[in-house]
Amino acid sequence: MKDFITGNLEEIEFLDRDVFVKRLSGELSLGAGVLSYFSVKYKEGIKLFVFLLKKSGEIEFFSCKADSKMPSLTPFYPQLHLFEREISEKTGIIFEGHPLPNPVRYENGLTASSGSYFKVQGNEIHEVAVGPVHAGVIEPGHFRFQCLGENVFHLQIELGYQHRGIENAVISVDKKRMLPMIETAAGDTSIGHAWTYAKITEALCEVQISKRASFLRGAALELERLANHIGDLGALSGDVAYLPTANFCGRIRGEILNITALLCGNRFGRNFIIPGGVEYDVDDKLIKEIMSRLDSAYEDAVSAISLLWERKTVLDRFEKTGIVSLEKALKLRLVGPAGRASGIDCDLRKIFKSEPYEDFESEPLTLNGDVFSRAYIRWMEIKKSYKLIKNWLSRLPQGEITLEIGPFKKNSFALALTEGWRGEICHVCFTDDKGEISFYKIKDPSFHNWQGLAMALRNAQISDFPLCNKSFNLSYCGHDL
Amino acid sequence: MENIKIFFQILVIFSLAPILPGIINRVKAKFAGRQGRSIFQLYFDLYKLINRGMVYPKVSGIIFKMAAPSVLAFTAASAVIMPFGGQSGLLSFSGDFLLIAYFLAFSRFLLILSAMDTSSAFEGMGASREAQFAVFAEPVFFMSMLTLSRITGETSVYGIFSKLSPDLWIQNAPVLSLITGSLFILLLCESSRVPFDDPDTHLELTMIHEVMILDNSGTDLAFMLYASYLKFWIYASFVSAIILPRHSDFFFSDSFIYMSGLFFTSVAAGVTESIMARVRLLRVPQFLLAAFSISVMAFVFQAVKG
Repeated sequence: MKDFITGNLEEIEFLDRDVFVKRLSGELSLGAGVLSYFSVKYKEGIKLFVFLLKKSGEIEFFSCKADSKMPSLTPFYPQLHLFEREISEKTGIIFEGHPLPNPVRYENGLTASSGSYFKVQGNEIHEVAVGPVHAGVIEPGHFRFQCLGENVFHLQIELGYQHRGIENAVISVDKKRMLPMIETAAGDTSIGHAWTYAKITEALCEVQISKRASFLRGAALELERLANHIGDLGALSGDVAYLPTANFCGRIRGEILNITALLCGNRFGRNFIIPGGVEYDVDDKLIKEIMSRLDSAYEDAVSAISLLWERKTVLDRFEKTGIVSLEKALKLRLVGPAGRASGIDCDLRKIFKSEPYEDFESEPLTLNGDVFSRAYIRWMEIKKSYKLIKNWLSRLPQGEITLEIGPFKKNSFALALTEGWRGEICHVCFTDDKGEISFYKIKDPSFHNWQGLAMALRNAQISDFPLCNKSFNLSYCGHDL
Repeated sequence: MENIKIFFQILVIFSLAPILPGIINRVKAKFAGRQGRSIFQLYFDLYKLINRGMVYPKVSGIIFKMAAPSVLAFTAASAVIMPFGGQSGLLSFSGDFLLIAYFLAFSRFLLILSAMDTSSAFEGMGASREAQFAVFAEPVFFMSMLTLSRITGETSVYGIFSKLSPDLWIQNAPVLSLITGSLFILLLCESSRVPFDDPDTHLELTMIHEVMILDNSGTDLAFMLYASYLKFWIYASFVSAIILPRHSDFFFSDSFIYMSGLFFTSVAAGVTESIMARVRLLRVPQFLLAAFSISVMAFVFQAVKG
């Protein structure tokens, strides 16, 4: 199956408002997941578009003309929570019955103080506010805990401080500058976002890239996954003050990034994936070099990470900390490793098996959604990614690495999906009657998963927050765009 | 001559206290395969901080301003009572360990007050943790001291230290090893080391000691840090006196033996920190109760024997 769809804009079914709401809730009740749900402003009014991923793996989409007031579906389908808030902020549409209609990114004159905060009442309740300025070099975000002693009743996460208007910016600049902008939608997922964008452009001009290019793209994406997962496991270990793994993983992550730099000259893989293929080719000598470096880095990673699963003091911290049950995870539609750690089978590589993942299989794991699960799933994926890269590079087919990208189809739409290291990346693009991009929508997996972190903290210890946070390791700028 | 010795040993305590955490840092670095910072780095840090100005939170008052010098003063006062090498401290009398314990308790009280005075949610949490854990830590200290005085028949710290000898170890090996264990656990807890606290973390929500001094800056911060080094010295002294109880009656060789004991204790703390993760905050009282049980066990062994 293809992990992208494209077609004429007129192919998107245009429904009445009430039919739209009914159909959306019907699909969601059957277990569909929202890939993207957004508003587009037209001269004749605001239109809402929704793209769903059905259980069967099909992508369903339809639209409607929005009223100034719409019934909120969030109380029944919490996965819509942020999507409705975002639409409301962008257009002023009021979603009636939305439990927390705060702004998401402080657009249109809205500020952080335009929202409201959930409050637990009681004499012994105390409130702890963390951020948006944090200790250490991390991104800004505001976390507010309602606590009784060390126990957390509720955590509210308000982000938006990194909003830079990337979706509007990419359509206002020259096409050449789009790629570098999209690569910085979430800087640690450059390759994931670049590939998704590349899929969009290739879908819009119906180009099929060569096998060689797609193998190289796969290798780059898996390197990104390796680097981040290894870094995360090291950081998790550092958070419980277990130094051996923390120290080694920090270094090994650097080595994986250096391998990425061998491919394209940039440690984060910038400008490697371009529309039509990849920018840089590899020769036998380079492949040999990459393989040998990868082997030694992997060997080190195995010995450093294995310590985590042997050390009782570490396991005691990881196990049963920050549990997100399967039920909650499904309701929120957690994606990526966080979703899989709660038991959702949600790997796009497995669902679509698109090139170069035709043979991708993953054994189901019984995990219960605690910090240990989120750590262990990363370890499983590290092993998998290593095998994938070795496999692709050892049987790299010959072929043209870059194909010419022609003009885009007119009045069309395209949606592309990629399983980045954090989970499902989804981009949607519309073109106008001249074939120019008129609308671009980015969704980083963090958009789904932040609420999962809040759920992980329910009835947890406030001192375990940093550990839970690290086990999700979500992107602030990917959420804020 | 006695006065000069006392003066000398106080000088040594005050000037060498920052070396012990420096040794821990170095051991941790070596375990991590790094070169590590110099063991004298903490001196440079203190010097840098002392030369800096101070910023006070707008909502804090006189208590916050007084806290850092007072915390240091009370900690330093208990440090000078501590015997050094084979010598008695500035003071030595029957039950002086109570004075040491309560000087430290009072400095902890001031630290908690100063943390509350900033009215920061973080510092309040840290203060609550510190107060809670102190309740469990104090009995460990007294139970250990009680047992030690039963073994040695002395009631002052100096008396206890001077009666400790290799012969006593041969007679009371199980009891003394249990006491060493519980005092070592106490040392890690009281000086905010792993597995109780993580001195290197930047995560306010998990901190205990570090979070209470978040708002201290400049000279105040230097005082607070220096007080924590002295505290480490005091508790490490107890462990050191038990593990290397040899006396030669020569001031310099005794001092050397004593310093070696402190060195080994610091290395042991560094190794513990390198191979162990931090325990859950909920588990800290359990951990301290375990240390208390160990010291009670030692006391019972001693009572049965004696």
